[in-house]
Formats: sequence, structure tokens, C-alpha cells
Amino acid sequence: MTDTIVETEALGRDFRVRDGLRRRTVVAVEELTVRIGAGEAVGYIGANGAGKSTTIKMLTGILVPTRGSVRTCGLQPVPDRKRLARQVGVVFGQRTQLWWDLPVRDSLRILAAIHSLGTTAERERTDELVERLELGEFLGTPVRQLSLGQRMRAEVAAALLHSPRLVILDEPTIGLDVLSKQRLREFLVAERRLHGTTLMLTTHDMGDVERLCDRILLADRGSLVFDGTLAGLSRTVGAERVLVVDLAEPTPDLDDVPDTRHLGSEGGGLRQRLGFDPDVTTAARVLAALSGRAELVDLAVEEPDVEEIVRRVYAARR
Amino acid sequence: MVDLTPYRAVLASRVRAQRTYRANFLLDLSSSLLVGLVELAEVWVVFRSVDSLGGLDLAAVVLVFGLADLSFSLADLAFGHCDTLPTYLRAGTLDVFYLRPQPLLLQLITSDISLRRLARAAVGVAALVAGLAMNDVPWSAGAVALLVLAVVSGIATFAAMFVWAAGAQFYLVDGAEATNAFVYGGRYAASQPASVWSRPLVVVFGFFFPMAFTAYLPVVTLLGLPGPDWMPDGLGWCAPLAAIWAWALALTTWRTGVRHYQGGGG
Repeated sequence: MTDTIVETEALGRDFRVRDGLRRRTVVAVEELTVRIGAGEAVGYIGANGAGKSTTIKMLTGILVPTRGSVRTCGLQPVPDRKRLARQVGVVFGQRTQLWWDLPVRDSLRILAAIHSLGTTAERERTDELVERLELGEFLGTPVRQLSLGQRMRAEVAAALLHSPRLVILDEPTIGLDVLSKQRLREFLVAERRLHGTTLMLTTHDMGDVERLCDRILLADRGSLVFDGTLAGLSRTVGAERVLVVDLAEPTPDLDDVPDTRHLGSEGGGLRQRLGFDPDVTTAARVLAALSGRAELVDLAVEEPDVEEIVRRVYAARR
Repeated sequence: MVDLTPYRAVLASRVRAQRTYRANFLLDLSSSLLVGLVELAEVWVVFRSVDSLGGLDLAAVVLVFGLADLSFSLADLAFGHCDTLPTYLRAGTLDVFYLRPQPLLLQLITSDISLRRLARAAVGVAALVAGLAMNDVPWSAGAVALLVLAVVSGIATFAAMFVWAAGAQFYLVDGAEATNAFVYGGRYAASQPASVWSRPLVVVFGFFFPMAFTAYLPVVTLLGLPGPDWMPDGLGWCAPLAAIWAWALALTTWRTGVRHYQGGGG
């Protein structure tokens, strides 16, 4: 039995909003019951408005729950906010906790003081983060002059400086280029391996989920509709992949390739899209079946993105 | 014992940042100085046409102005940025404060410091010194104590106004204009003799927001002047009580505001 880091029981939150002259109640989180153990990496996905941010705010003591109970790192987030702050680090993709007019180095120094790190602890942790997040080249640059990728790395360093047991990342890779995303993910994987850090992230990026998370929570209208692995989720909704092939010359629709479904043709058959289920066949087998039929110029395999999976789950429920 | 290191670290960085942009800072300083001088000139202009205002002559009014202005600008220096709370609320940066192991209000107060207000405080000091020289002050240990008490309580009272205004932002949408009317209106009221105020003003700035206690009442007590009829003698000594009342009001408003923000019920 591992330690429990997050435990909620029928957790819910309503908002009162003004609608013209009348007030009405909007349910942001309906009833969330979930347990996250130490060292887990959890992807929390769902459409916009599914209550992800509200949940994060209740876990960190920013919002008071309307009903149910919540414990984070064994503490009650609202009354124990200050003690909890020493054990939780949050990265908001859209807002900064750095000082925009100060060099990254100074921001980290202030945060070390805020979290009362000792001199040795501060130096060791800063050195570690600077090296692993490759902050060295812009440590002396004011935050406002950083590129988005650099800033996100600095934000992550800022949130992790006090070595929190639980790290919550809200859309950490939004707007980043492929290389920056890759670096950030590698860092988080290593952080988890080295320090046993529990990760919880909200994302719209399938890459984040695949490379970082071994468990997925999917929320719909403030309730959990799926809790399991990515493979399990794909099985539930059918994670059909799509093979896109560009052919040397116009070819009649390839609608009889075994284990595939012909999804469409463009340019008189120059580009064709074939759907297949990765549990039934592989891209290689489909290609082998095609090789006798037409000359391939180019190909791509498309995976369903988070939005697509979420959409399929929601559609199946309604 | 409260560990002050976090607050010191933030404030030191703010001071450094303001010194870094030197030209900008000098410009801020001089514009702040200019505004202070213009407001002082206003007192002089008024006394070009009258000899006395609410039972106070020019010398006494300069003293009131100096006391009020010094206290306000020092409070503004340390607490004035609290009115940026609406910006924090909109940008969501207030949530960042929640993720740090310090009390929210202390974080907000120590999140910035406006050194340019020093220019304004200099105007206040000049007016205060001139006021003390122009009046026939019955100097005694008691008089010094009254002055010190007035400045310290005045700073605390104005600081409480800024905190009150910040707390009110939680439930006012775009409420900075509304609260500014009281904060800056209060500052203006404080630098005038309260004896000329109309009754609603006396209620609002005499007692609810105790602005009369920051400068006018201590000066009346100090100079032994006849005050307005609604005031008993020696009310100037009650400035600390006014400060305590102002803070009680401020902290209650702040607490209610935070509860409202978190949705735990007001």
C-alpha cells in the first residue's frame, strides 16, 4: 500500500453566476471521488469546462469545496494551505509565478527564501534544476525577454524548487514547439524517477499523456467518466488510427484492404486514408498488403488526439 | 517568531528593480514631487482670498496639510500597490499567492514598494516643518508625543484604507474607481479642516473612515484651538484608537473578501 497523495470523496463545487437579473447555480465539479497514490503520474483530461481547473484549485486550497471532502498530501487544503504549499508545486501554463522584470536567477533566489530553503539545499536544488532543465544560458536574462519555451522551463524550475511531493501542471506544454515539449517531458519523467514525485497534469496534448502518464482520469461535466490506462481508454472508445498514403498515380479507392476501413480519397485517388485498429493489425501489415497494389510515395500514421478521444467518450455517453 | 526573510527577499528585489530603471525612476520622482507641490500651492491659493478656514489660519492649515500628506505618502509607499489587486484577480496571479506558505495579505502588502512616493513624503515633511515654524507651538514633551502619535497613527489609518480598498475589490467588479473615491477622497479630506465638512462628510470621513484623526484633530489639540461643536477637547489624542478602528474595518473587509473569492460563504 503506497501513501495516498490525493484523496477526494464526492467532491463538488458550484458557482453562483448572475444571469441577467436572476442568479443561477452552475455545477463546475459534480461529484469527484478519486485516490492518487505517491509516485503516480496522472493525466487529467476533459473538454474545456469539464471542471479541471476548479478541481486543481480545490486540491490546492484556493477554492472551498461546496460538498464532499478532499485531502492533499494528508492535509485539508483550505485550513492547512500554508503547510500544504510546502509540499505542492503548481505550474500554470498560462500565468507566471516569476517576476517579469528580474533575471531568472533572482526569481529562483526569492522563491528559495519564500520556501525557507537552507543555503545548501537551495544551492544543490538550484544547480540540479539549472542543469537538468538547461537554464544556464538564460539564467541572467530578465523573464520578460525569454522565449515561451525558456519561460516554461523557468516556471517549472520555480514550481519545483522546494522539491514538492506533488506537482500539478496545468497545460504545461501549450504553445511549445516539438523540441521544447520533448525536453520538458524528459525532465518530468526523470524528476519522477529520481525523487518519486507524484505528477498530475491537465493537457490537450496526446504526447503528454502517452509519454508522461500511466493513468488517465477523464472528466465530463464535473464527474469522472473514465479512470484507467491509456490503452484501456483506447479500447473503450476504439482508438482507430489512420494511415494516410500518397500514391505515385491516381488509383481506384482501396476499399478492400484486409482489416482496414477506407475513409476517403483525394486528388482522384492520389491520397487515400485508411482507418485501422492497432489491436487487430499493424501499420506494417497494412503497408505490406498495399505494396502489390500501388506505388507509395509518402505515408503518415495519424493518431486520435485527446480532443478526439474525449469527443468519442462524450458521444458514447449521450 | 515570524520569519521575515521571504518578505525581505521580495521587497529587496523590488527596490533593486526600481533602481535599475534609473531614468524612469527619476521621472516618477519628479512628477510625484510636482503633484505634491501643486496641492500645497492650492492651500496657499485658497488663503489668498480668505484669512481663515473652519477656524484655522494659513499656518494651521499648512500644518494639517503637512501631517496628512506625510502620513499618506508613507502609507502609500508601503501599501499603495494593494489597489492593483483587481489586476491580480483578472490575471489569476492571486492564485500564485495561495501556493506560497505565507499569509495572503502579508504577501500582497510586501509584493511591492513605491519608492517614488518618497518625493511626495518630502513635500509632506517640508510642509510639516514649515507649519511647525509658522505656528506658535507650545513645545513640551506632550506636544512631541502628540505629533509622533499623530504621524504613526496617521500612517496606520491610511494603510488600513488601502487594505480596506483591496478587500472590497473581491466583491466589486471593477471596483477600483469606487474605492479610490474613499481612499483618495479621504486623503484630500484629511488635509482639510474637518470643521468645514458637511454632516455626511463628518460621518464618513470623521468616524467611519477616521480621516479627521490623522491630521486635523491632532493639530487642533496641539495648538489648543477651539474645535467644532461635535468634538470634545483633546480628541487629537485618540488618533491611535482611530487607527485601530480603521484596521478592524480593513481586516474584516479583507477576510470577507477572501472568503467570497474562495466561495466559502461570506
